[in-house]
Amino acid sequence: MERGSQPVLNVEDVSISFDMYGKGMERRKLEVVHKLSLRVHAGEIVAVVGASGSGKSLLAHAILGILPGNARMEGKLEFCGKALDEAAQKEHRGKEISFIPQSVEYLDPLMKVGRQVIGVGKRRERKQRMEKMRQVFARYHLDEATAELYPYQLSGGMARRVLISGAVMGQAKLIVADEPTPGLQEGLARETMENFRELAREGCGILLITHEVGLALQAADRIAVFYAGSVLEVAPVEDFSGQGEKLRHPYSKAFLQALPQNGFQAIEGHQPYAGSLPPGCLFADRCQSRMQACMGEVRMRSLRGGEVRCIYAE
Amino acid sequence: MQNKGIGQVLEAKDVSFRYQKNSPWVLKGVNLTVGPGERVALVGPSGSGKSTLSRILAGYEKPCQGEVLWGGEPFEGSGYCPVQMVGQHPEQAVNPRWKMGKILTECWEPDEGLLQRMGIEQAWMGRWPIELSGGELQRFCILRVLGPGTKFLVCDEISAMLDAVTQAQVWQVVLEEARRRGMGIVAVTHNMALAKRVCSRIVELPKINGI
Repeated sequence: MERGSQPVLNVEDVSISFDMYGKGMERRKLEVVHKLSLRVHAGEIVAVVGASGSGKSLLAHAILGILPGNARMEGKLEFCGKALDEAAQKEHRGKEISFIPQSVEYLDPLMKVGRQVIGVGKRRERKQRMEKMRQVFARYHLDEATAELYPYQLSGGMARRVLISGAVMGQAKLIVADEPTPGLQEGLARETMENFRELAREGCGILLITHEVGLALQAADRIAVFYAGSVLEVAPVEDFSGQGEKLRHPYSKAFLQALPQNGFQAIEGHQPYAGSLPPGCLFADRCQSRMQACMGEVRMRSLRGGEVRCIYAE
Repeated sequence: MQNKGIGQVLEAKDVSFRYQKNSPWVLKGVNLTVGPGERVALVGPSGSGKSTLSRILAGYEKPCQGEVLWGGEPFEGSGYCPVQMVGQHPEQAVNPRWKMGKILTECWEPDEGLLQRMGIEQAWMGRWPIELSGGELQRFCILRVLGPGTKFLVCDEISAMLDAVTQAQVWQVVLEEARRRGMGIVAVTHNMALAKRVCSRIVELPKINGI
């Protein structure tokens, strides 16, 4: 993990909260992502897995600067060593930072997909970009005629591939992919992962948000486990094997053991809701080995080549 | 009074379906028999008609040709359908203007133990659907169809949007109830490991579909 080199993306102690209105004029702050830290280096694929509603997509949106208006972000975001503030986000997104959104509804329904993939650019580069689009489409098995279609004419899988095509058009240094594969057939999903690996080999850093653990295991170098708006563990992909003996956090272990190809073991309870988080460890109420100290503050710490937010992990 | 309870066979007989006249056939001459208490996984590439067949089996669509038989007879036109279905998109399967408590108890009232095993909090009952995540909503959608009138479940990718822990949790409840009550299940999934884990037989739809 300590690679010496500067990370492409550095997320440090980021918290995201929403302003919500209750009854009448009552306003309250709902913190949904808490003190989250994560780094992505060049040439590396970092997968983010975890419970639905744990804030995975919010992280992606925070990096791109496309959080909704009532969201507030605190903490530090850095892109290639420079602060990633609003101006920088505006400058880089769509160029050095590209995004594969979760929903195919992110396509403009009134624009032919070809034009959306080519994007805006200088007029004299248009021909080049057309050519590049043809190459990219070929890479993702999209017919050239697809460019002339409107989003509603695409099947789910095709729309997905159009979104991916759009993201790999430029010279991205960082690709943020938010659930890029649901709706894709298994072969195609695997191929997409291979393409990501290729991009990583060319020096791109990739943040892959997914709940399909199988895919993360196959594609990623490191896996970050999300739970209730925070990262509980970051571990090299090799540690996610067997019954998770090498994993550090009890939730990551439970996650691995719950896979149908492993034990398919469930644990009781549910992820705490953003408005009513427990003090201290977020997983404490479902954890078998909680102690009194788990109710206090639990900070992220380095452990055996990974990171964990748990006091008794060893 | 005929025995219309548990232990009935659900049968698709020579079912063909297309969405409009002149549009291509989605299903052609599909035959599928699911025995009492049997759990069948329906697999196949996307667009191969798995969801359509699910909807037909649960009585949401009428086949253009052929029929669906429950215990040897077609579904009755009214009343609680013994074959219930849970879909892929919980947010589309709940009334956005109803609170969760009303949504859950529309047909029956699950007891506290079942709520707990499903990981549903009492506090969620007063929330609107928009205030819950997809995973939380799906727990409600699954539990609400497990009423006493349900003798057979059609599950169309019910856990595709869930994380592994929640997936194991909801399937555990579904399987326990199915075993206890002898319910049959047809489960659509892309996940072969899951299919092997929850079902006793795996059917590849393209192989029984005559298109």
